[in-house]
Amino acid sequence: MPSGTILQTLAKIETSWPDTIYAHLRRVGVRQVGYVPDAGHSRLIEHCQADNSITDVVLTTEEEGVGLVAGAALGGQRAALLMQSSGVGNCINMFSLLKNCGFGCVIFVTMRGEFGEFNPWQVPMGAITEDVLRLAGFLTYRIDEADDIDDVVGAACDMAFDGNLQVAILLSQRLIGRKQWTK
Amino acid sequence: MLDRRAFVKELLSDRGDLLVVSGLGSPTYDTAAAGDHPLNFYLWGAMGGTAMIGLGLALAQPNRRVAVLTGDGDMLMGIGSLATIGVKQPNNLAIVVLDNAHYGETGMQPSATKSGIDLVATALACRFKLARAVSRIEEATGVRELLHSGEGPILVSARIKEEDVPRVLPIRDGHVIKNRFIEALKS
Repeated sequence: MPSGTILQTLAKIETSWPDTIYAHLRRVGVRQVGYVPDAGHSRLIEHCQADNSITDVVLTTEEEGVGLVAGAALGGQRAALLMQSSGVGNCINMFSLLKNCGFGCVIFVTMRGEFGEFNPWQVPMGAITEDVLRLAGFLTYRIDEADDIDDVVGAACDMAFDGNLQVAILLSQRLIGRKQWTK
Repeated sequence: MLDRRAFVKELLSDRGDLLVVSGLGSPTYDTAAAGDHPLNFYLWGAMGGTAMIGLGLALAQPNRRVAVLTGDGDMLMGIGSLATIGVKQPNNLAIVVLDNAHYGETGMQPSATKSGIDLVATALACRFKLARAVSRIEEATGVRELLHSGEGPILVSARIKEEDVPRVLPIRDGHVIKNRFIEALKS
């Protein structure tokens, strides 16, 4: 079993891409970050919690985050959202707020229900996440390779906040690593 | 029971630099009826999201006062946001729920508050600094003072009459509502 190799690969991935996202959030001046806790986003959440210039807001459901983004923008601050693909489904009607008013928004979506998914209950929402986002008016960019993170996240943040566009980055399960069920 | 228009008019009298977010349906009409203002963010949709818009605004503008005026239906739909607000403890945020225990926009079907579901107790359980119900117009001045200087987060459940009042429709273009709010806040 090449498990040592797999674990090393996962560890390397997990320590690199959240740092890059965090660096871009800092670069574009994001001041509020809303999230429902998620294993894939845990490192990025920790960065935000440790940063005094960022207010982290733990949400009871992802759609609250859409309101948070709008309120922050009204008050002159940029906000970003972190969620799992299942959380996208919770937001659909609230996304209309972003379209109706032209609030720039960037969402980082950790994917479930695709590559190597152990839990079939994650599959129905994961399989339609990108389509749902597009129907709701989002530009979507999917990232499978860690090498693409810097370019894509940078471009997405600029488009969202310079153009008041709604942009979602889908962080694929292949990038994040399969959820481990061995313990 | 309160006359909703008279109550909201008193809350927003001499409002100074108060920032207002109004929930869809009658609370938006009540807010407009009290006098259009660029620092009103009128919602015409996004049901359940009004309190969270208030939170994002309150966190972004810690030196300004933020008032959320909304209905019981909207607050119930976003009831989890009371927990989210309770975690962040914004001391500049107050929520006034115009509670007639019914869904006025859709034909006055009873809401959960009609069955005694208690938003004041919910807010207190969510660590709001102050939460109380009011039902007399004489109490409006005190609520107005809370909006301007009470230590938040605050929730007031205003028991209003079950009545259909004429609609007062503010601007509906979301881009215009947003942009004039942001411009007014900058100036």
